[in-house]
Amino acid sequence: MIDVNALVGSYPFRHVPHPEPAALLRVLDRERIEAAWVGHLPSAFYRDPQHGNQELLSQIASHGERLRPVLTVRPDWPCWERELRAARDAGAPAVRAYPAQWGLSSHDSSMRELALAAGELGLALMLTVRFEDLRQRHLLDVAGDLTAAAIRALARAGDQVRLIVTAAGRDMIDEVHWSLTPREQQRVFWDISWIWGPPEDHLAKLFRTIGSHRFVFGSQWPLRLAQNPSANLALLPDDVHDSPLGSIERWA
Amino acid sequence: MSAPLAGTAPLIDAHAHFYHAGAGRSDWADLNAARFRAGDRIGITYHVASALGTYGFSSPTYFPSPADVTIGNDAMLEIAAREHGRVRMYVTVNPNYTDHALREIERCVERGAIGIKLLASRRADDPLLDPIAERAAHRTLPVLHHIWQHRRREWPSQEISDGADLARLAARHPRANFILAHIGGGGDYAHTFPAIVDTPNVFPDLSGSGVDRGMLDDAVAALGARRLLWACDLTMETGLAKLRALDVLGLSDDELADIRWRNAVRLFPKDSFPLITRAAAPRNAQRATLNAT
Repeated sequence: MIDVNALVGSYPFRHVPHPEPAALLRVLDRERIEAAWVGHLPSAFYRDPQHGNQELLSQIASHGERLRPVLTVRPDWPCWERELRAARDAGAPAVRAYPAQWGLSSHDSSMRELALAAGELGLALMLTVRFEDLRQRHLLDVAGDLTAAAIRALARAGDQVRLIVTAAGRDMIDEVHWSLTPREQQRVFWDISWIWGPPEDHLAKLFRTIGSHRFVFGSQWPLRLAQNPSANLALLPDDVHDSPLGSIERWA
Repeated sequence: MSAPLAGTAPLIDAHAHFYHAGAGRSDWADLNAARFRAGDRIGITYHVASALGTYGFSSPTYFPSPADVTIGNDAMLEIAAREHGRVRMYVTVNPNYTDHALREIERCVERGAIGIKLLASRRADDPLLDPIAERAAHRTLPVLHHIWQHRRREWPSQEISDGADLARLAARHPRANFILAHIGGGGDYAHTFPAIVDTPNVFPDLSGSGVDRGMLDDAVAALGARRLLWACDLTMETGLAKLRALDVLGLSDDELADIRWRNAVRLFPKDSFPLITRAAAPRNAQRATLNAT
């Protein structure tokens, strides 16, 4: 099992205990997770994420076997293409982008360019629907959730696009998935970090309708409990209990 | 059947809901079955549950009409009677209809209800809640109150209350006990802990879809394990995740038992949970004997 949605670093709007790589490694051991794709949490809030990327690479350099870097690339910032190439050269399986935090609209052309360029280099583009529940956000945290319109615009951009959407709930997943052609649907993986389990059984319903192969394991550690996605899988009803998750390694 | 995912020690879900044919959802029976299925898998000994009127079908979920309150309570009475081995009941009331609320409490307690459920029909510190709190104290029934963690503005479809609002009600009624609903259920729980720390008759439940790292640590550090109740509300996977997180927080066995079931046994009327208290009684007697020697 690989946790594709892990982060290191502090969060600007509340205290997060021990968001360091060493703590993440202990959590992976405890939860029996082989490896994690790791982003740099503060970079979502930097104007220029370049320094955050350097910090991330420095922090996890000695843990390359288990912690793979997911650099942040801001496509409306000059020379973003260099950061994208740096991500590829660093062995990243994906790059992160935060259009909501950067004020980029649902149909921003630079996001489209980034999705296509990342795909050309064999990198997935990772999107984050939210870091926190809307109801608890700091007064200065005004970005709002990533919209379904933004996700489907990128999924439709081209065949090389590879999206991993994290922290989405059932309504958004349904809206995006069924607004895409079958070919476009194949370009999107969803992490399970924010999908409800029983009694509503949203995860089970999505497995039955969309297929478990479109979903990947993600926790959003250190913001959320790493135990949550495993608990969700453990409580699946019998008919979908052993359904295989998507093979993200095929992309990476 | 495989071993419960959360172990074989007693476990009480202090905040659950069941649905019924009047709830406006065609899948209501599936939802109830899913709660039992997941409860068995987790190892829940008792679900302490309420039905929230018609859940918005013929009056708003958080402002249920008296008729809908009764419909929901009737359905919950039926479920609690049929599933007596694993379900206990809160009687739901709307404090805007004082006479009806007090009658419902008496009617349902006579038939086995062990607590009172207050939604968001009136702010928690409103004087209209006083007769209900007095009845709760008189009957030794805990009051589970829906809470929005840190009220900064009004939100649609409910009259939200936060920890500070509930603390004011609890201070007026020191003989009543109040369960503060779902610290993970939306809003800023970091505000809740200091808001209630000096009000010892307020007991937060851990339920809600929120699984923020640090929330459980902060709750235990601020309030201690003797004031926290494990619960699921609408998301049972987060309940299981929180149990697993509690296991690695460094709590003692006693503290874990407090959160899993002992605080609930203390708060609810005597003999509410016979499967637990009868099983614990011989061990307690044995411990007392050992201590005496």
